[in-house]
Amino acid sequence: MSYRFTEDHEWVLVEGNIATIGISDYAQGQLGDVVYVELPSVGGDVSKGDELAVVESVKAASEVYSPVSGEVVEVNGELEGAPTLVNEDAMDTGWFAKIRIKDASEIEELMDETAYKSFVEGLDE
Amino acid sequence: MLNNVGRPTQPMETDDNMVTVETFTGNHGLALETPLIFEQGVPGRVGVDMEEPAPVKSRLGNLARKGEIGLPDLSEPQVLRHFVRLSRQNYAIDAGFYPLGSCTMKHNPRINEKVARFSGLGDLHPLQPASTVQGALELIDSLAHWLKTITGMPAVAMSPAAGAHGELCGVMAIRAAHEAKGETRLRILVPESAHGTNPATAALCGYKVDAVPARKDGRMDLEAFAAKLGPDVAGVMLTNPNTCGLFETEVKQIADMIHEVGGYFYCDGANLNAILGRVRPGDLGVDAMHINLHKTFSTPHGGGGPGAGPVVLSEALAPFAPLPYVVQGEAGFELLETRHGLAKDSFGRMKGFHGQMGMFIRALAYMQSHGADGLRQIAEDAVLNANYVRVGLNDMLNSPFDGICMHEALFDDSTLKGTGVTTLDIAKAMIDEGYHPMTMYFPLVVHGAMLIEPTESESRETLDQFIGAMRHLLERAKSGDVAYFQGAPHFAPRRRLDETGAARNPVLRYSPSTEEEKGTAAS
Amino acid sequence: MRYMPHTANERKEMLAKIGVGSVDDLFTDIPEEARLDGLLDLPLHQSEMAVEKNFRTLAAKNLSPGDVPSFLGAGAYQHHIPSVADHLIQRSEFLTSYTPYQPEISQGTLQALFEFQTQVALITGMEVANASMYDGATSCAEAVLMACRVTRRKKALLSGNLHPHYRDVTSTTLQYTEFETATLPARATDVEDFTSLIGPDIACVVVQNPDFFGRLQDFSALAEKCHEAGALLVVVVNEVISLGAVKSPGEMGADIVAGEGQSIGVPLSFGGPHVGLLATRQKFVRQMPGRLCGQTVDQNGKRGFVLTLSTREQHIRREKATSNICTNAGLCSLAFTIHMSLLGETGFTELAALNHSKAATLADRLEKIDGVEILNDSFFNEFTVKLPTEAATVVEKLAARRILGGVPVSRLIPEQPELANLLLVAATETCTETDMNAFAAALREVL
Repeated sequence: MSYRFTEDHEWVLVEGNIATIGISDYAQGQLGDVVYVELPSVGGDVSKGDELAVVESVKAASEVYSPVSGEVVEVNGELEGAPTLVNEDAMDTGWFAKIRIKDASEIEELMDETAYKSFVEGLDE
Repeated sequence: MLNNVGRPTQPMETDDNMVTVETFTGNHGLALETPLIFEQGVPGRVGVDMEEPAPVKSRLGNLARKGEIGLPDLSEPQVLRHFVRLSRQNYAIDAGFYPLGSCTMKHNPRINEKVARFSGLGDLHPLQPASTVQGALELIDSLAHWLKTITGMPAVAMSPAAGAHGELCGVMAIRAAHEAKGETRLRILVPESAHGTNPATAALCGYKVDAVPARKDGRMDLEAFAAKLGPDVAGVMLTNPNTCGLFETEVKQIADMIHEVGGYFYCDGANLNAILGRVRPGDLGVDAMHINLHKTFSTPHGGGGPGAGPVVLSEALAPFAPLPYVVQGEAGFELLETRHGLAKDSFGRMKGFHGQMGMFIRALAYMQSHGADGLRQIAEDAVLNANYVRVGLNDMLNSPFDGICMHEALFDDSTLKGTGVTTLDIAKAMIDEGYHPMTMYFPLVVHGAMLIEPTESESRETLDQFIGAMRHLLERAKSGDVAYFQGAPHFAPRRRLDETGAARNPVLRYSPSTEEEKGTAAS
Repeated sequence: MRYMPHTANERKEMLAKIGVGSVDDLFTDIPEEARLDGLLDLPLHQSEMAVEKNFRTLAAKNLSPGDVPSFLGAGAYQHHIPSVADHLIQRSEFLTSYTPYQPEISQGTLQALFEFQTQVALITGMEVANASMYDGATSCAEAVLMACRVTRRKKALLSGNLHPHYRDVTSTTLQYTEFETATLPARATDVEDFTSLIGPDIACVVVQNPDFFGRLQDFSALAEKCHEAGALLVVVVNEVISLGAVKSPGEMGADIVAGEGQSIGVPLSFGGPHVGLLATRQKFVRQMPGRLCGQTVDQNGKRGFVLTLSTREQHIRREKATSNICTNAGLCSLAFTIHMSLLGETGFTELAALNHSKAATLADRLEKIDGVEILNDSFFNEFTVKLPTEAATVVEKLAARRILGGVPVSRLIPEQPELANLLLVAATETCTETDMNAFAAALREVL
């Protein structure tokens, strides 16, 4: 399975019916030093586009929106003590939450890695 | 989701060849350090003397405190020296120029401090019988008269404690007015460039904030505004002059348009200094506006407060003003402290007692010193000074909006592109030149914004030197001396601080164990 | 005009440099029909001497509590302010500095705030405190909003013996939010029982110690009940010197303490500016409103202080901020910190003992007057007196004799006529033997 991305710079990695969600390396670079991540409660339902988490740097707080609908089955507790993981390893150990997918077709609508790369290049111009 | 404002919040590794000379004490001549007060005490010392308590039978019930509190014991000279040393680590308007946009850092006359301390004013208890405080009530009434006359508004609520508190007062009055008509309106329009307090206040009044974009000329986009209007709109919150330092030229149309759909016009009065005696907000269709006495009327900022934020109100909103009201009765002035009579529709109470009397005294003394002629001169000189700075810098810095500005000159950071130097770096280098930095990265709608408000207090020589210093810094930035800027400030009591570390592991109070841990970690 | 430096000639030259002919050309963005041509209908400028005289005239129309026997309290207390405190807050570098957003040149304000936060946490028995709120009443409202956020519940239960201004400010502040308040009636003679009222919808219970009538109570059992039900306990303290003698809210299990710090270092000033205190547990810190100062290091590794956790605040979080508050009580919190530093452990506890002793002495004296009854079984420096007649009338008669003899309960709770004969009487360290004798004698006369 490969990464999929949103225009809001969230990534999704699907294994079976579980989607792991985080923010892209580009996003962490733009946010600067992450100092705190507010995570959702496990067991809660989210719809695509809902606020899933809030990621804070010193001077900014940015909402992370859920790219998929479903139930939150796990959150990355490591971030509580080590928010810096988001900066160091955004695409892997800096993940935010895992969601049991309700509607797999939502994944199809997201950008693949190539599309996201050119989307980001467009932003920098 | 990205909301990056581009400010590094941790010091960078710099190679700027600044040599620090170590001393035994850590002091450097007149730059004197002082440890935390908690690191200085010796149990048994005391900084106050008082009489022995007469022996009485305790009437504390069974609630007497057991165990120590943990406060340090010091003598009076130690405390005095500690705080004098601390004071010397602060910048202050008395010491130098504060070009802080939207904050109106002007001269703070000392006569205001003197009269605020008069016996019979500063020491009055708020719950004395009205017959014993006629002078105090007259003073509040008199200040109210000045504020109403300056703004051309029929009423004023005196109790709000600060600007944001005044906004809350105004927006609550708007909500109360709609509810009195049996209407529920849940949307409030706020320009993108607004102060953060505007949306925060609207949210506290149960309103959904709908942001209106700005036009290319820095004013609110009237077409976008019109498109958002509807019967569910409670009102608009607009700063005028706006946060870009520009007068909203179509303010009267905006007022007419909001009134047409049954909404009210809240004006954020943070920038009133620019228009004193030149135009009255009441003539522009404003329904409510807070007045920051600590900006326009020079009550001292005091390192962050206290402020005062009286709110002038239109006829439509006046009946809903918060308690208490000062009214003139048969036996003189009275305080109306409950919802009855004139105050029967009041939306409630915002603050303990009657308002920031200490600030009222200072503001009234300031107004009396200026008079009608001096107040108009304030606006004229404030706007003159801002434009003087604008033309002094506009060949080196880009103004995002063309033409004459009001009391603030606004620039973006396009001139710094490719230099590696940021707005923040310029600001920190200004500290080394002996200035307080200008407002940075606000308004958010301008990239790398630098907002400069010189106020009427500054002389031409000060402005000339400031313009010279800014030009020097910009040239230095363009010459490639990035390291110098990234290492700035070099000559302040502290170099750049690690704000990231402070937020990741918050240490919000002294405790002996934390200090020990840090000591161990350092060795 | 002494405050503005430009001469007419300089103005002309500066206008030329800007490239406009007259100052009017700088104001052309103002709609023409709204521009003012003449002066406002207000007096012209005045000399410093004239202004000073105006204020002397106003001051002379008031009766200063410092000049006469005074026993006023009810949320604002007359105390001696050491001259060092008033001198220091008038130093230019404290008085005329801005909010410390530029930490490199604001360490004085920041370190003092850090010391303030620590002092407030220590005396309230809590883990952390913020850098101050507007006053005790607004602090109480913010504490309730905070409790609603922490518990994700919507209803706050307010004691009837909470200062009525605190009650009213809280209900006013919450009236247009999704949250609500329920208030019990004031009870001057018996104890409130919240047990049956703390349901699963309650975010917090708000009590005051000493309460509005001056009584002291141990709220430890109430704290336990709150916690069992998933609610928070908010304890209000509006005579902060009581904490030098009385068990702290933290020891009782309070989750949030909302207080008024005026008694330490801040003049009465007819009710404002005062200084709001807000303290809580470390785990709730991200739900706290207001500025917070934190410790860190600078580029050279030197200890320094910064404003921190700002993402809670309006200038970053906008409509999602924990509060719309921006300004704090800055200089008043500094006065508090200086006075508290002068007192220290020794002075603070001595001052509390002295206040209690004065009040107990006065209570003994007043109790001996026929028809006068003290309602409190416990108190710190303020108690409730039951008079045989309406307290408001008595207070007026005492004022005519140049004695400020307490606050009639009816001024603050007019809606409960059964309390009309009750008078709140406070005695602090400023109150002398002569004052007490004069008060007792005058009270005998007017009753």
